Amino acid sequence: MVAAASTDTVLPSSGGTVLSVLKKPSVIPGFGLTLGFTLTYLGLIVLLPLAALTIKAGGLGWSGFWNAVLTPRVLSAFQVSFGLSLAAAAVNAVFGFIVAWVLVRYRFPGHRIVDALVDLPFALPTAVAGIALSALYAPNGWIGKLLMDWFGLKVAFTPIGIAIALTFIGLPFVVRTVQPILQDLPPEEEEAAASLGASRWQTFSRVVFPALLPALVTGFALAFARAVGEYGSVIFIAGNMPGISEIVPLLIVIKLEQYDYGGAAAVGTMMLVVSFFLLLILNLLQAWMRWRHAR
Amino acid sequence: MLAKARGHAPATGDSALVRALMIATALGFLLLFLVLPLASVFVEALRRGVGAYWAALVEPDALAAIQLTLTVAAIAVPMNLVFGIAASWCIAKFDFRGKDLLITLIDLPFSVSPVISGLIYVLLFGLHGLIGPFLKSQGIQIIFAVPGLVLATVFVTFPFVARELIPLMQEQGTEEEEAALVLGASGWQTFWRVTLPNIKWGLMYGVLLCNARAMGEFGAVSVVSGHIRGETNTMPLHVEILYNEYNFVAAFSVASVLALLALVTLVAKAVLEWRFGAELAATRH
Repeated sequence: MVAAASTDTVLPSSGGTVLSVLKKPSVIPGFGLTLGFTLTYLGLIVLLPLAALTIKAGGLGWSGFWNAVLTPRVLSAFQVSFGLSLAAAAVNAVFGFIVAWVLVRYRFPGHRIVDALVDLPFALPTAVAGIALSALYAPNGWIGKLLMDWFGLKVAFTPIGIAIALTFIGLPFVVRTVQPILQDLPPEEEEAAASLGASRWQTFSRVVFPALLPALVTGFALAFARAVGEYGSVIFIAGNMPGISEIVPLLIVIKLEQYDYGGAAAVGTMMLVVSFFLLLILNLLQAWMRWRHAR
Repeated sequence: MLAKARGHAPATGDSALVRALMIATALGFLLLFLVLPLASVFVEALRRGVGAYWAALVEPDALAAIQLTLTVAAIAVPMNLVFGIAASWCIAKFDFRGKDLLITLIDLPFSVSPVISGLIYVLLFGLHGLIGPFLKSQGIQIIFAVPGLVLATVFVTFPFVARELIPLMQEQGTEEEEAALVLGASGWQTFWRVTLPNIKWGLMYGVLLCNARAMGEFGAVSVVSGHIRGETNTMPLHVEILYNEYNFVAAFSVASVLALLALVTLVAKAVLEWRFGAELAATRH
């Protein structure tokens, strides 16, 4: 406090009188310029357009909003989107954990290439992923034909296809959240557990896994959030049957194509609200786990 | 190394069997979900030979799509680059109230569905949008035109550069800049000669990811594009149209160019991480 006060008297503050109330004094210039630019740009590109969404949805009125959202077609799209996103995130939680474990704990030929390849779903345009997956899982595709011949299972153009696409695009999240935590895990805890007579499985389930669980939940939540909003990779493989394999983002596009701006805004708002609440719950769960683990 | 010294079943390592099973599971999963889709893009593109592949790329609509994609990225990426530098400068170099809120708002576009990212601009600038009728009377068209494509792309790539630079600049602190300023450098000199060299790899990392997303974005631009062939179709939208016309070879040919872009991005990203890992430490997720 004393140091800050003396700095204030010796060195000139860059901000004006209003800014100096908001920020601590500093010799570095450009606060007003960069903050002003940041806020203007943020306001124009992000906040104003998002406000347009709520204004359009609000323009429908309370009953108009619910009439637009509570139709069987919209409700089943929500069920498809959220249900399959949860399933895909769960698959990613299991396999992403294994991939992270293998990348951190074991060394094998091609280790670095595999590590770099994990980010492919971030880098590959979603439309490319979409057509590649549907070619692969179509009844005459490489994998689709095998599944059809062996199990009589149809994947492309069914909800299973949607889950496959959502698994693909959510794949890096769990790996990339668990990996750094596992890397930094102090070996002493495991050594202590082992030297106190714990079996390898006990050490894993009681010492290692609880330390990784918050990161795993974060990765799950990120994969889930990404999957709920995903459009490009899903629409090619989904079949897009209303009520069966129609996702919420596609329904928004359909409403827009019919010039039903109010309906599109209502469904969009509903989707943002529901995903916000689900993420809030997951964040609370995660905070609770951190707190329990730290105790 | 340690595990080897202790024998094949060390107390804190996994047995050979577990190890083999885990590696097989992980590689099997990645083969199924990453390698096969990627390989299928190139196999499908070359199904009718190199001639058909090349013809699909040099066809006028494809060339227009490539040009449009490059144009949109060439506008959107520098915009977000300047924003990223400005935002990280005020967030990392100063202490002020509301900083956490600002960081949250900057990350906001990542949690919005691409379709909604396009929808909000249609609701604002579209014919039935909030200020669309006014813009139409002025003869300005944003939706179903290039400005709309740029805006939607800027929105979805908004946080990339800022979120790489903020942790990096926070970690570096302000001492070097303060020293330069005390020694008489101007603000701009300090930025160009002190700050920029310190953040250049992080900056490049952010631009790389921003560019990959800008060129590959589908959902958001699909909503604002109007799909006018040769005019408002970017490469991913052109892929969709060809695919829906059952012109699979052409669709996968254009898609393979985007897949190559993704591979180049991954290689460049990996090289940056290996070579400058220490300098990027704060930004590696």
